[in-house]
Amino acid sequence: MRNPLSERIVGIKPSGIRKFFDVVSEMPDAISLGIGEPDFDTPWHIRDEGIYSLEKGRTFYTSNSGLKELKVEICNYLCRRFDLEYDYQKEVIVTVGGSEAIDIALRAMIDPRDEVIIPQPSFVAYEPCAILANAVPVLLSLKAENEFRLTAQELEDAITEKTKVLILPFPNNPTGAIMERADLEAVAKVVLKHDLFVISDEIYAELSYKGKHVSIAQIPGMRERTVLINGFSKAYAMTGWRLGYTCAPADITEQMLKIHQFAIMCAPTTSQYAAVEALKNGDDDVAQMREQYNQRRRYLVYSFKQMGLPCFEPYGAFYIFPCIKEFGMSSEEFATRFLEEEKVAAVPGTAFGDCGEGFLRISYAQSMENLKIAVSRLEQFIGRLRAEQKQ
Amino acid sequence: MREELLRIIEKNSRIDLKELAVILGVEEIDVVNEMAAMESEGIICGYHTLIDWEKTSIEKVSALIEVRVTPQRGQGFDRIAERIYKYPEVNAVYLISGGFDLLITLEGKSLKEVSAFVSDKLAPLESVLSTATHFILKKYKDHGTVLARQYEDLREKVSP
Repeated sequence: MRNPLSERIVGIKPSGIRKFFDVVSEMPDAISLGIGEPDFDTPWHIRDEGIYSLEKGRTFYTSNSGLKELKVEICNYLCRRFDLEYDYQKEVIVTVGGSEAIDIALRAMIDPRDEVIIPQPSFVAYEPCAILANAVPVLLSLKAENEFRLTAQELEDAITEKTKVLILPFPNNPTGAIMERADLEAVAKVVLKHDLFVISDEIYAELSYKGKHVSIAQIPGMRERTVLINGFSKAYAMTGWRLGYTCAPADITEQMLKIHQFAIMCAPTTSQYAAVEALKNGDDDVAQMREQYNQRRRYLVYSFKQMGLPCFEPYGAFYIFPCIKEFGMSSEEFATRFLEEEKVAAVPGTAFGDCGEGFLRISYAQSMENLKIAVSRLEQFIGRLRAEQKQ
Repeated sequence: MREELLRIIEKNSRIDLKELAVILGVEEIDVVNEMAAMESEGIICGYHTLIDWEKTSIEKVSALIEVRVTPQRGQGFDRIAERIYKYPEVNAVYLISGGFDLLITLEGKSLKEVSAFVSDKLAPLESVLSTATHFILKKYKDHGTVLARQYEDLREKVSP
C-alpha cells in the first residue's frame, strides 16, 4: 500500500501542550493554571438567547458570511469600542472561532514560498497554519527585556524580499504582553515601508488592563492592509460556541469568503444568535469579568514579586509569564516537577515557541481560592529549589 | 475604588485588608480609610455571613409576609413600618409598589411561632388592613449565591 499521508502534514509537530495535557489528566486533584479559556460560564442572557433560537426552530444555515444582524452588531461594536469602521456587507466574515479566521486569512493572502513573520512566544496555531498555507514561517523571538512587545527594529531585521505577512498576536497568549499605540505606530511604519500585510489577532482585546486596547487597524494607513481577527471566546466566555470573525478590506474578504464557504459553509447558527445578544447587551458582563481578571492579575504580580520570581507586569489576556531561569532547569523540567511535587499544572513556555524556554505560562482564568493555594505551593516549591541549589 | 471595593466585600466581607489592597492596586491604608469612611457614612451597614441553615440541625422557618396598610396622615408609611421593624424577629421591611404596601421577611423557629407573630402582633395593628403569609420551602439562591449546587470545573485540564 502507498503511504496514505501527506508529507507536509506529517512534518508538522503536534502541539507541545498535548503531551503535558496527558500527564495532567491523570491527576484529577491537581490545580490547573494551564487553561487557556475563561473560568466563567457564558452570561445567562446570552445562553438564553441561544436556547430561544433553538426553540424558535432557527436551525438552518445562515448566509456564508454570517447573519446580517450579527455582522451589523460586529460593526457597531468595533465602531463603539475602537473607532473602526467596516462595511458589514463586504468586509466581515463570521468564522468558527478565531482559529478558522487565522487559517482563512493566511490561505487567502499567501502564495507558495511567501514568508510570514510570526513573533513568538505566541499561540500554537500560527506556525502550522502558515505551513498548511504553503508559506515559509519566519519565527521572530520576542524578548523579555521589551516586555515581549514587538519592536520596529526586530521586525525590520526579520524582513526579506519574500516577506508578505506579519502576524500580530496582541494582547498576547502566553506572555500577557500588549502593544500600546506608540509601539503600533513604530511597527506600522516598517509595515508600510516594506509593503507588508498584517493579520492582527485581537481575540484578547477586551482583556486589556492598561487603558483601552488599540488595534493596528486604527493607525493611519493600516486599515487597508490589515485582517483584524476577533471573536467571542475570551471576552464573553464563549469558547465552546466556536465563534469569531474577520474584518478586512473587501478584496481580501472576498477571497477569504471563498475558503470559508467551501470548507465551512457557515458558522453555527445557534451561536450566531447568541452572539447578537452578547454584542447588544453584554458590555457590563465583559467589564465585570475584566475586573475580576484584573484583581487576580494584581494578586499574582504582587505574589511573584514577594517570592522574588522575575516577571514583567502583563497588561493583557489572562496570563502571566514568569522567568524561571535561576533554577537551572528547562521549562519542561520545571513544569513537570512542579506538577509532580506540588500538584499544580502550568504550561512550559516552550509550548509557545523555542524562545519561551526559561519561562512558564500561568493562566489566571482560575478562581481566586485556587490561585491562592497554587501560589503558596509555588512558594514552597521554589523555596525548596533554592535550598537545593545552595547545597 | 469605592464601587469595586464594595463589590468585593459584598461577596466576601472576611477578605484580608492587605489582599484587598493588592487586588485593587492601592495601598492598604487607603483601603482602611475608605472602609472607615463608608462605615461612618452609613454605606457599609454591617458585615454578615451567608448561612445555609438547611444544612444545620437548627430548626428555622422563614416567611415573606405581604401587608396592606392605611398610610397615616403626615407620616405616610414610615410610622407603621417602624412599628413593624422594631420586632426583633422581623428580618427586613420593604415599602413596595404593586398590590400591597409592605413586604416583611421574618424568621422563626417553627410555623407555629411565625403564625403566632402574624395573628397576635402584626394583624391586630390598627393600620394593618390585611396580611398574606408565604412560607419559604427551599432556598435555591440567596444573596447572589447558589445554595443548591456545587461548582464543578468542566474545562479541559490544559488548553492552548
